[in-house]
Amino acid sequence: MKERLLLLALLMLGNAPVWAEQPAECRVAENLLESSFRLPQVTRAIAAKHLTVLVMGAGSSQLPGPNGAANGANGTGNAYPSRLQQALAQQLPGVEVKVTTDVKAKRTAAEMVKGLPAALSASKPALLVWQTGTVDAMLAIDPDQFSHALDKGINIAHSAGADVVLINAQYSPRTESMIALGTYAEDMRWVALQHEVPVFDRFSIMKLWGELGTFDLYSATKKLDIAERVHDCIGRLLADLVITAAKPEEPPVNGSR
Amino acid sequence: MAPVPTERDLRLDLFRGLALWLIFLDHIPSNAVSWITIRNYGFSDATEIFVFISGYTAAFVYGRAMRQYGFIVASARVLKRAWQIYIAHVFLLAIYLAEIAYVANSFDNPLYTEEMGVLDFLKNPDVTILQALLLKFKPVNMDILPLYILLLAWFPPMLWLLLRAPSIALLASATLYALMWLFEWNIPAYPSGTWVFNPFAWQLLFVFGAWCALGGAQNLSRWIHSKVVVGLAIAYLVFAFAIAMTWYFPRLAVFVPKFLGEAIYPIDKTNLDVLRIIHFLALAVITVAFVPRDWPALKSRIFWPAIVCGQHSLETFCIGVFLSFAGHFVFTEVSNRVFTQVVVSFLGIAIMVAVAALISWYRQAERQGGGPRPPAAKPGYAGGDV
Repeated sequence: MKERLLLLALLMLGNAPVWAEQPAECRVAENLLESSFRLPQVTRAIAAKHLTVLVMGAGSSQLPGPNGAANGANGTGNAYPSRLQQALAQQLPGVEVKVTTDVKAKRTAAEMVKGLPAALSASKPALLVWQTGTVDAMLAIDPDQFSHALDKGINIAHSAGADVVLINAQYSPRTESMIALGTYAEDMRWVALQHEVPVFDRFSIMKLWGELGTFDLYSATKKLDIAERVHDCIGRLLADLVITAAKPEEPPVNGSR
Repeated sequence: MAPVPTERDLRLDLFRGLALWLIFLDHIPSNAVSWITIRNYGFSDATEIFVFISGYTAAFVYGRAMRQYGFIVASARVLKRAWQIYIAHVFLLAIYLAEIAYVANSFDNPLYTEEMGVLDFLKNPDVTILQALLLKFKPVNMDILPLYILLLAWFPPMLWLLLRAPSIALLASATLYALMWLFEWNIPAYPSGTWVFNPFAWQLLFVFGAWCALGGAQNLSRWIHSKVVVGLAIAYLVFAFAIAMTWYFPRLAVFVPKFLGEAIYPIDKTNLDVLRIIHFLALAVITVAFVPRDWPALKSRIFWPAIVCGQHSLETFCIGVFLSFAGHFVFTEVSNRVFTQVVVSFLGIAIMVAVAALISWYRQAERQGGGPRPPAAKPGYAGGDV
């Protein structure tokens, strides 16, 4: 609701959408993609025409079915990491884009951090996209431990020379009364602010889609069509966030991290 | 011993009733009407009001019982109340399990494979239900009653001390709060983590309420009504409001200086952050300053619905939790348009009022007609519930 009012206010002020090439269904959420933080390593990687991204996440970074694996070969899969690769490649002509993944269901933030150094040294990415929070909330992990794990993961990525973008939990209206996401979302926002790391606010974006009727997130179905379109939109909006945050506004400062 | 006022303060019932309404509205996920609740405009929320007033009324009722009938009888009554609340909690749990089991059987969506894992606990009910009965497994939004049970179970010795040396009792409570922050005490929960409302922290507000009921409020009244204190309270509420606005309009966040952000965040609800206590105290100061105890409107019809809810707080609270499940169910199964949300919210409050009024009538009916328990047998309960 709040976001919707804000969006209306923005539209009335004449903030025209920038990403005109996207299908209308995703464009509702652009005001949620603002980030005041930059991604200097990605800027450098784009300039060097070679961008590697590591997506680390849990169950909501993949889809069931043969094409649902997070790392569908060369952007042909239907989960958002694969869609991200395709969107980045489209928007960055001439840049060799590669998205690798470390995705496994039911992992807490702390469990993901354990495998992070190995995953980073395997693919040497310029950017770590880290989706987490849902499992921690479901298991009611101590919020301090969650914050600590985020802290540690971001530090590991930064010292390995990778920028970080965090992704928060999905908006899931049916299970909303059973999973208390609030504390974990706030903790993530706060840790991100301290480390000056952008957050891809998947929760608010999906909630807005639900409110505006873009997607019926209530529907009980075994079919993949809505899920695929949601992941497609997430992948493309994520690409927008990355590219905007990597725009070289100022002359790049060498060795800033 | 401190003097205890004899007439029940209707302001307590009014604000506890209002707090119960706000808790109900806040407990329905994605409810547009919860925009009006105080948690959106400052640091504290209805939980602080509920815990403080519960402490106040517990001391008011059982303090009198302890003077008249002694420690053993008063303690027995307190523990009986704790037991009643435990039964209420288990009843709510049964309703919650029914809702969860329904969702688990009827809902499927490949987008939410991960989230559906939250229903996995249904696969081993042996462990889960046992942990729930031990108050270690507490579903979302079912954390207040276990806190209340623990606070009451621990209340008899505290009340004993409060009646003899109120200042020392309050100091002991504050010391426990400080030690909790120092050593990070909390009670473990199942399957992991700790209690959402840390009893070692929230006891401070409960004991402070009890302390106020046993004469502390009168000692403070000169301070509370001083212009300086009221001015400071207003200034703090304005500050909290300004900070709260940055949560909804991220563009405003740049106006919060970095040192300030680092000083205030995270605002910890589990451990009852000091910022939250001060916010509640500021609200209380403003309330006491502008709503006098003998305000005629308190006896008018306008406030009766909230007051009657506050007088039967346990029943109203339980109905509220049940209705918030039901409300969310309506949103998912029927419609989640804003219009529905408004209707569900107001209908829910109307049901809470109706049930409270029914209980009120029922109590009166029980006392009439020379039943097995004439009213004189329960002097401690005169004027409403704890």
